[in-house]
This record gives sequence, structure tokens and C-alpha cells, in this order.
Amino acid sequence: MAYPANYRYTKEHEWLDAKDGVATVGITDYAQGELGDVVFVELPQTGRKLTKGKSFGTIESVKAVSEIYAPASGDVIEANSELHNKPETINSDPHGAAWLVKIKLANPAELDGLMDSAAYEAYIAAKGKEASA
Amino acid sequence: MDSGISSTISELRKTPLYALHRRLGARMVNFGGWDMPVEYPAFGGLMTEHKAVRHSVGVFDVSHMGDIRIHTGKSPGGALAAVQHLSMNDASKLAIGRAHYSAMLYPEGTFVDDVIVHRLGEDDFLFVINAGTREKDISWVRDNSKNFDCVVEDFSDAYAQLAIQGPRAEQVLQKLTDANLAAIKNYWFTHGTLCGLPNCMVARTGYTGEDGFEIYIPGDIATSETVWNAVMEAGQEFGIIPCGLGARNTLRLEAKMALYGHEISESINVWEAGLDRYCKMEKPEFIGRAALAKASAAGLTRTLVGLEMIERGIARDGYKVCDSAGEEVGVITSGSPSPTLCKNIALAYVPPALAAIGTRLLVEIRSQRAKAQVMATPFYKRPGKAVSQAVPS
Repeated sequence: MAYPANYRYTKEHEWLDAKDGVATVGITDYAQGELGDVVFVELPQTGRKLTKGKSFGTIESVKAVSEIYAPASGDVIEANSELHNKPETINSDPHGAAWLVKIKLANPAELDGLMDSAAYEAYIAAKGKEASA
Repeated sequence: MDSGISSTISELRKTPLYALHRRLGARMVNFGGWDMPVEYPAFGGLMTEHKAVRHSVGVFDVSHMGDIRIHTGKSPGGALAAVQHLSMNDASKLAIGRAHYSAMLYPEGTFVDDVIVHRLGEDDFLFVINAGTREKDISWVRDNSKNFDCVVEDFSDAYAQLAIQGPRAEQVLQKLTDANLAAIKNYWFTHGTLCGLPNCMVARTGYTGEDGFEIYIPGDIATSETVWNAVMEAGQEFGIIPCGLGARNTLRLEAKMALYGHEISESINVWEAGLDRYCKMEKPEFIGRAALAKASAAGLTRTLVGLEMIERGIARDGYKVCDSAGEEVGVITSGSPSPTLCKNIALAYVPPALAAIGTRLLVEIRSQRAKAQVMATPFYKRPGKAVSQAVPS
């Protein structure tokens, strides 16, 4: 699956798509692949303040519980409630329909520290090598 | 995102099929010090693997399991006597060619490990033990059989072990062996030629709650891969797929089979774990018997129950269990979505007063409490199989 060039990425495998001060956040295709079949999603309510690097929700596969970390600080303006009933969307369309939250960015300068798609792809390629070494 | 699964570390132990798992693109996990496949995404992953075993057939590499043979020393009878001392079940009742579930206990009546005891001959036994407790178990067997006239041998690295599990397992395996599999009843075994290899042990055992076989073959890489590939080819018409520890765990949980370190451990005794029927108190002596007799008289303070979640959330091992008033009363030992039941299920230790089916409880999931209720176990019983035959592994 391609990593959209207009998204920004974290080392914890979240993506962020910023437009006009609002960012849509999700987890990457690599992350969903590592998790396996996603069966449960817990997301914050509208209005909650997220802090960059802090956990804001949980994704569970059959075998594991994973925290999701905020790629940037800001207020939640919408959470993707569709995922409660269809958590498997995270496996099938992680970069699209399975977005997790939209946040109003508190400090757009935080985005400068994130990876672009080329850097992220190089990062996960290196992780793959490490795992098979 | 941060997965709870540990990543690969080079000093982990590997089975002879390690390279093959990597070639198949398995996701690997540290399981009791072993670098083992947890699932095979290229074949559909955990859910698909689970369903393959319930509905058709799947194959697992279980070469990490240990094998201890206890056989005759200078004169006959010593091995049986040692086994009777080490194991809580009654090996004297075991026919040659038959296996049973049992456990080795500490003097406190708690678990060293659970084992499958196979009677190979009149005075010749094979204990199949857990991977994570291998060294401890072998020392335990050696130390506690010193006063018996028997020989203890560790064959753990000599064998590769494959589990072929599911309703089609017999049809698949029969293509590869001259042993008449239809004649082998549940928890019996035989020796036969398998893929041209003479004298392989073939046992109708498993850890999935489904019909199936476990085969023991020479533990070198070339032989293990040849047999694995032959099983895959023989199973192709039934859609056989490789299955990892993830599916092994959800399958055994649905069948309420204990996992060491979860439902049984060095701090949980036989009565609490509900394994009474495999513990033969009528035997005059075995390690742990005296403590169990005392514990029996004192009564239970906790007991293992099945739970189903009523509210959203998955109970995981270590989560607190509270009564409906919110008082902490117990702990989850294993929990997962059940692919067969499409419910979130768990096993938990709770006080006997809260163990009745239908009892409402709360499970603390992160900072929230989700409603659950006690459910009859096993959660899954294979069609046409009587409850009394459901044997944990």
C-alpha cells in the first residue's frame, strides 16, 4: 500500500494529514500489518485536548493491545465513530476510511519534526531488515 | 502506535523450522524464550488460521515443546514408580499406546508444569512438557526420580513436533503414513512410517479443542522441512494453512485448556484450577498430594471461571475483576475475542460464591469497568463430542 506523499508520519506509525489548521490522524499500513486483525478501537471524545507524544486511544487486535500516540497537540473536533462497529476498516483502509480523529492543531510548527513519506518508508524498510537479521 | 508484542532478539531459541517460517513471512514473537511464529499474514493471519482449524485443517510447528523419556533402569518397575511419584494422574491405569493429561506438582500442590504422559511400554513413558518450563521440568524430573531405578533422558532437541489439527486432519495425515489413523482413538498414539521415515510417533492429541494429531519426527532442518512441506501438499485440497501461536491461543482458550503461567502456575493449586479429574487422590503418594488433601479440607478461596463480556471491551490477562458493587474480587488469566463465538471471552479466578453461571461481574479495562458475566465452559465444544472427553492439553 502506498504512503500518501502529502501525509506526515511518526516513528510510532501514526500518520497526519494537515489542511488549514485541522489535522486528520490515523495509523499506517505498516502498523495495521503488525497488529493483525483489529477487533476493538477506543477513541477520545470531541473536545478532548491531545498532547503530542501522549496516548489518546487504544487499538486492539485479537492478540494485543496497542496505544495510539498523538502526532501533534490539539483539540479533538471529531472522532471516527464508524470504527466502533467496523474496526476491521483499520486493516482494509488504514490511510483513508479508517482515519481515527480530526484535531484542531494547537501548534502547527510541531509538524516540522514529523517524517515525510520517503523518510517513513526508509524507516520501516530499516525496521524490516532489523527484524530479519 | 506501540504494539505489546516483543520484537525479535537474536539469542532466542529457534526450532528446526525457523528458516521456513521466515520464508513464509510469519510474524515472529518471543514465546518463553523461543522465536516462534505468532501468525502468517500471507495466509490470512490469526482469524483465518483459527477458522481453518475449526472448519478444515491447519498445521502448527510445536517443536518448542519438550520431551522427557523415563524408562527402565536395572530392573523393571522403577520408571512407573517414578512417574507415579512425579505425576498427579494415575499412570498405572494407562494402557501401552495411550496418553493422558496430568501435571507435576510442587509439595504445595501447585504447578511445576502440566504434561501429557504417554505410555510407550510397560515401564517406559514420555512426558511432553511446555517450552517455557523445559529446563525447570527436566531438573525437576531428574532430582525427584533419583531414588527410583529408572533412566531419564531429555529428547527435547531430538524431535521436531508438528500438530495437524482440524476435522480434516485424519484425511491429510493418512496420505503420509502407513499407520491406520482411523483406529487411533482420542489420546492414543502409535508408531508408523511417516513420509518414508520409520518408527515415528503419531498421537491423536492437540491443544485446539478440535480433532487432530501430533507427530514426532527427527529434529534436523532438512527432515522437518520435508515433512512440513509434505503435510502442506497433502492438505492442499482441504485448504490447509500454517497456523501460529496466536491461533493456538484462541483455540485453546475457547476449549478452556490451561496455559502455564496463566491458568496454572507455581502459586495456583489443582483444585483452584478445576483440574480435579486428572488428579488421583486415591493414589497413596505423589508430590503435592498431602498439601492437596489439606487444601481440600480447608475449601476453596478462588476458582477458575469462564466470562463473557456484556459491555464493549476485551478482558486481557492481569486485568482486575470486581463484583457488581465494585469491590476487587479476582483477576483475568486469559482473555480474547473468540473467533468462533464472536464474543469477547476470558478465564478468571474469582471467589466460589461468584462462580455461578450468569453471575454479573465487572472487568477493569484500563480506567473503565465493563460488565461481564460468568459463562459455562468450555466456551467451545466440537460437534458430536461428549463433554466428558474434552481433555485439556
